[in-house]
Amino acid sequence: MSFLIRQTLIYAIPLMVVALAGIFAERSGIINLALEGIMIFGAFIGVLFVRMMQALGWFEAAKAADNWVALQGYLLLAMLVAAILGAVFSLLLAFAAINLRADQTIGGTALNMLAPALVLFLVRLIAKQNQLLLLKGDSASWFMIKKTMLGFDRTAELNFFQETFLNKVYLSNYVCVIVFILLAVVLYKTKFGLRLRACGENPQAADSLGINVKKMRYAGTTISGALAGMGGFVYAVTTANCSANGDVAGFGFLALAVMIFGNWKPLNVAGGALLFGLFKCIAACYSTLDINGDGIYALTELGLNANFYRLLPYVITLVVLAFTSKSSRAPKAEGIPYDKGQR
Amino acid sequence: MSNKVKSPLMKKTPTYSLRASIISILIGLLTGAVVILIVGAFNPLISLKGAWDGIRLVLFGVLSTGRDAAGALTFGFNPTNIGNMLFRATPLILTGVSVAVAFKTGLFNIGAPGQYLAGTTASLFLALSIPSSSVPAWLIWIIAFLGGVLAGALWGAIPGLLKATLNINEVIACIMTNWIAASLVTWVFDISNLKNMVEGNKTGYVYKTTYNGVATSKMGLDKLFPGSQVNGGIIIAILMAVLVYIMLEKTTFGYELKACGANRHAARYAGIHDKRNIVFSMAIAGAMAGAAGALYYLSGNTEFFWTTYQSLPSEGFDGIAVALLAVNNPIGVIFTGIFMSLLSIAGLQLTNLTAYNEYITDVIIAVIVYLSAFSLVIKLWISGRKKAGKSILPWKKKQPEGAGLLPDAQPAEEAAAAAEDAGGAAEPEGEAAGTAETGKEAEA
Repeated sequence: MSFLIRQTLIYAIPLMVVALAGIFAERSGIINLALEGIMIFGAFIGVLFVRMMQALGWFEAAKAADNWVALQGYLLLAMLVAAILGAVFSLLLAFAAINLRADQTIGGTALNMLAPALVLFLVRLIAKQNQLLLLKGDSASWFMIKKTMLGFDRTAELNFFQETFLNKVYLSNYVCVIVFILLAVVLYKTKFGLRLRACGENPQAADSLGINVKKMRYAGTTISGALAGMGGFVYAVTTANCSANGDVAGFGFLALAVMIFGNWKPLNVAGGALLFGLFKCIAACYSTLDINGDGIYALTELGLNANFYRLLPYVITLVVLAFTSKSSRAPKAEGIPYDKGQR
Repeated sequence: MSNKVKSPLMKKTPTYSLRASIISILIGLLTGAVVILIVGAFNPLISLKGAWDGIRLVLFGVLSTGRDAAGALTFGFNPTNIGNMLFRATPLILTGVSVAVAFKTGLFNIGAPGQYLAGTTASLFLALSIPSSSVPAWLIWIIAFLGGVLAGALWGAIPGLLKATLNINEVIACIMTNWIAASLVTWVFDISNLKNMVEGNKTGYVYKTTYNGVATSKMGLDKLFPGSQVNGGIIIAILMAVLVYIMLEKTTFGYELKACGANRHAARYAGIHDKRNIVFSMAIAGAMAGAAGALYYLSGNTEFFWTTYQSLPSEGFDGIAVALLAVNNPIGVIFTGIFMSLLSIAGLQLTNLTAYNEYITDVIIAVIVYLSAFSLVIKLWISGRKKAGKSILPWKKKQPEGAGLLPDAQPAEEAAAAAEDAGGAAEPEGEAAGTAETGKEAEA
């Protein structure tokens, strides 16, 4: 059970954060189809940054001094760098969509093509293969929090809570949850958030009240880019063993689906991401899943084909969408370039 | 463009679009050259001459004939490259037409990869399972090709149906059906007996269709381009693109499709079955993408890697770029499809002959698509220079055209909310479509 929850969170959290990225952009009135591309770019930048720190010998030094706090700090630093560069990358979309009034869907598609192309081009030059790996070691050996680090004995029996949330986990996931909550509060409880949402619903009215629509939309897209870049790196660390290969297995698109599924509201999006994460987790490790701890792998006993579990998350998303799409409501002004003259 | 009141539906391909596309391409190529130069400058392994070689190959890669004894690049007519270019263009043209047809109906068909997989799977199954001992090979080929087209059409119709009946955003539905197709295809081949067991060193591949004696006719093209993979598929692809063009521009059905794309609500008001047309449009788009997969794998010299559940075929996504660059004109798609494959051949030459790799051509394509997103601005820029002094910023008037590309592509535009919305924002469009309708009646 602990294993199931842990694994579900590993899939759900990048989805959740990137879906929030989508919310910020769309609530400000910009369709951010480029989430996938920004994730790919963020993952690459993060991994590249970790490699640079490794080349400087910081990791080895921290490991030798048994200083795991420093290692976690490096992880946070890499997340920050991925977020900043993700935001910079998203400026391409913001510039096209806000200043040049370009078609946002096409602009997003272009970034989705640009990111893997650029990343693979550079990865091939750097690593002479299609995958950028860490210089030394793997994700788990550097970044995973284990019970011994928190002062537990190697043989200590942990209770359910400790086993689920303190052993074999990544700090990045908790940081993401905190960022998610903070930004959800910002979106709903602050003046800034209200103004941002106004620009996605009725920019003309917002403008007439003295809100700078362009600035707000830039803010929304930039926050979106930062979150997606960070989410991409978190995905790389927790599920791709801190490697970058110009691919995040469609997580950016799935995040878009989760966003629509969650009706552009953070709480619903978190629920949707957890649901999707659960099924992704089942697809990835159904054969070793022992839900109630009695040593029987119930899902293997069913004898279904692995591919059945692989397509399950997508089918379930479609089914849920079929039931919920009647009542879902997109921000009214999303996708429409703001035109002062239409006021 | 002429500023006479003309509906976006009746407009002929504007020359400004063509020029805007050409400018986009030039800027894209320039960006590629700049990236090559920058990388060359920062990478100690690449000399200035290497960078210059790289730039030349990006521009003229298809004419490359390798390096001479002195190590300098040589250029000339290279039939193998040109033949391979046409071979690679085949699926690109068809997926491009697929995306373009959907765009014309106001749908963003990001589901081409899934439809491509559906077409591939169906045709491979038919081509390999019908015994060639009792059925002539040419008949098997036709059955397999049509089967692929049909499978693609059915797979494409799913998001269309979901959009029309349940109002699920087609972008999301397409993304989901893509991944469902990817898993299904793996599943189907996993339990089939078509896995290539003969050549032991190849795991995860399906038999070539030549295993059953089925392959696309060369139609004499192998004589023209000796040593290349080209076959009659390119001719079939061009014919299909022309047929789709005729359907869109010369038939009532095509007119209805475009009317739905320009303004779905106005079209319904004019008595057009908008829901039915959405399903048809997606089915036609799916059929094209299915044909792309069928032609590519029925060629007899390609092998299908069946473990597809982790990644989607890039041909499908490239179709988006091909269609956008051609401003969704099926005839234009023929040329942009060939241009894309020209770039990819150049990329291969780059990988083989220099320290660079083929992904730079993908960067160039992405930049071109990015520029085409604001082709409106480029178009205005060109026309603004023509008519100097006359300020041309009738955004509102231009809107239907820009929107004609992607009018309803906002995620989850909801019938109810959007209807109110469109009522206000899109009134001019509605009128335009209305006048166009009457105009057409008069013409008829």
